[in-house]
Amino acid sequence: MTLKTVVNNVAEMPTSKKAVVDINKLSLTFQTADGPVYALSDVDLTIEEGDFVSFIGPSGCGKTTLLRVIADLEQATGGEISINGVTPHEAREKRAYGYVFQAPALLPWRSIERNVTLPLEIMEISKEERVKRAQEALKLVELNGFEKKFPWQLSGGMQQRASIARALSFDADLLLMDEPFGALDEIVRDHLNEQLLKLWARTNKTVAFVTHSIPEAVYLSSKIVVMSPRPGRIIDVIETDFPKDRSLDIRETPEFLEVAHRVREGLRAGHSNDE
Amino acid sequence: MMSGQTGPVCVVLIALLVIWYIGAVFMNAPTQIDRYNRADQTWTTSQLIEDTLAQDRPILPAPHQVAVEMYKTIFAIKITSKRSLVYHSWVTLSSTLLGFGIGTLLGVLLAVGIVHVMTLEKSLMPWVISSQTIPILAIAPMIIVVLGAIGIKGLVPKAIISTYLCFFPVTISMVKGLRSPQVIQLDLMRTYNASKWQTFWQLRLPSAMPYLFASLKVAIAISLVGAIVGELPTGAQAGLGARLLAGSYYGQTIQIWSALLTAAFVAALLVVIVGWCERRVLARMGVKA
Repeated sequence: MTLKTVVNNVAEMPTSKKAVVDINKLSLTFQTADGPVYALSDVDLTIEEGDFVSFIGPSGCGKTTLLRVIADLEQATGGEISINGVTPHEAREKRAYGYVFQAPALLPWRSIERNVTLPLEIMEISKEERVKRAQEALKLVELNGFEKKFPWQLSGGMQQRASIARALSFDADLLLMDEPFGALDEIVRDHLNEQLLKLWARTNKTVAFVTHSIPEAVYLSSKIVVMSPRPGRIIDVIETDFPKDRSLDIRETPEFLEVAHRVREGLRAGHSNDE
Repeated sequence: MMSGQTGPVCVVLIALLVIWYIGAVFMNAPTQIDRYNRADQTWTTSQLIEDTLAQDRPILPAPHQVAVEMYKTIFAIKITSKRSLVYHSWVTLSSTLLGFGIGTLLGVLLAVGIVHVMTLEKSLMPWVISSQTIPILAIAPMIIVVLGAIGIKGLVPKAIISTYLCFFPVTISMVKGLRSPQVIQLDLMRTYNASKWQTFWQLRLPSAMPYLFASLKVAIAISLVGAIVGELPTGAQAGLGARLLAGSYYGQTIQIWSALLTAAFVAALLVVIVGWCERRVLARMGVKA
């Protein structure tokens, strides 16, 4: 427990980097017909500029809810949260983040390029600029050449890459990803993880990434947030220091296995409260 | 694509014609036999069949009689003539199209209001539904009379009856269509801080297109029915409805059937045109061919 307490206090440690997301004693209770559901309870967390933070935990632990609170898609019922120093609502109005959902959610009547330019159209950016940015974003996810295709003509993995390009197109510094690769097979997933990591290293964006895969969390993250359900809370925050240009091979190194073991321990500890 | 359908369609068509001929012989036979008896004429079965299919005012005219009448009144007469079915079809078609246009617009506007304003759903929806429980045959003469009393005559009152009928399927479908975007798509628009108008334009409206076209096919057909019904109380001046009414006044069954079939052809043509527009629009929207 002592180790855990130490890492839990990461948020309070002095730091030179700018806090992108600052969460303080955050809680969220849904009122349902069967009584209140405590989705989040007493969550403290700081996400710093350039961090790649993974949220991992069993279903119902509130990891997606937490991401949705950051995105202002859900409202917290207690505590404080600020994004770049302002409320989530103001941050959303400033289009401070790009959100990638569990499903690609591409609009089927738009070509891939026009799906990527959708947020730019809503932000009323000129047409030449839209096309230029779509080109860049599609290049980042290696989808150049597929501009004129419609979503149904692409595989599931390519569709999800297109949705990532869409989130990148308006160049927000914060990227929120909710189990983006959850529905894909392992080989495609590995490949997309590698691409995502390269993207992160190149763009230096801040990423918040929800997953329930331990290897995915450990491989991608600079910080792993382990969560547990009923009520949804953070039970461990693990910082890793793998190099930014790591390859998939690091998954066989002792350091990697050690971190993965600690994540698994945390998940198990959280689960034992259940029984 | 057509080759797969032509065969079955022809078989059904031939079957219908056969049934029609048999029906014509049997339904017209009693009056024909009556006529023979009064003229003290002897007759054979083949003569009876021949005569039942060539009466002036049969109870059920034979298909070829209707075909000849349609040929005469569509192709062999100047289209400006009062006896031309082209003229009458145009009269009906113009109010059908006007009513369809207004009805579609009204239907879409109502749906947009209902989807976006909570109170409109509660206050309007019951009226929208109950409007269709009133028989159109009862309300059509009243609309004609009331509008006639304030000086509105001709095209507009008939178009209003068409509107009254055809806004309904459009409203119901569009409400469903505008609500068809998934939660995830609506969330996506929210993350972009899209306005209601932008969400409507970029997400809700395109999502509703398949629903809209399904309802337009129903709407255009009942719009034609509305126009025909609207012509009945006007004293049979012009239009397919007027031809139907005039035919029934004078027992001109062949005329009635010609007008009826013409109305059916016009309706089919309108539905085909809407279907064609649907395919064009959906193809442009990238729907899998």
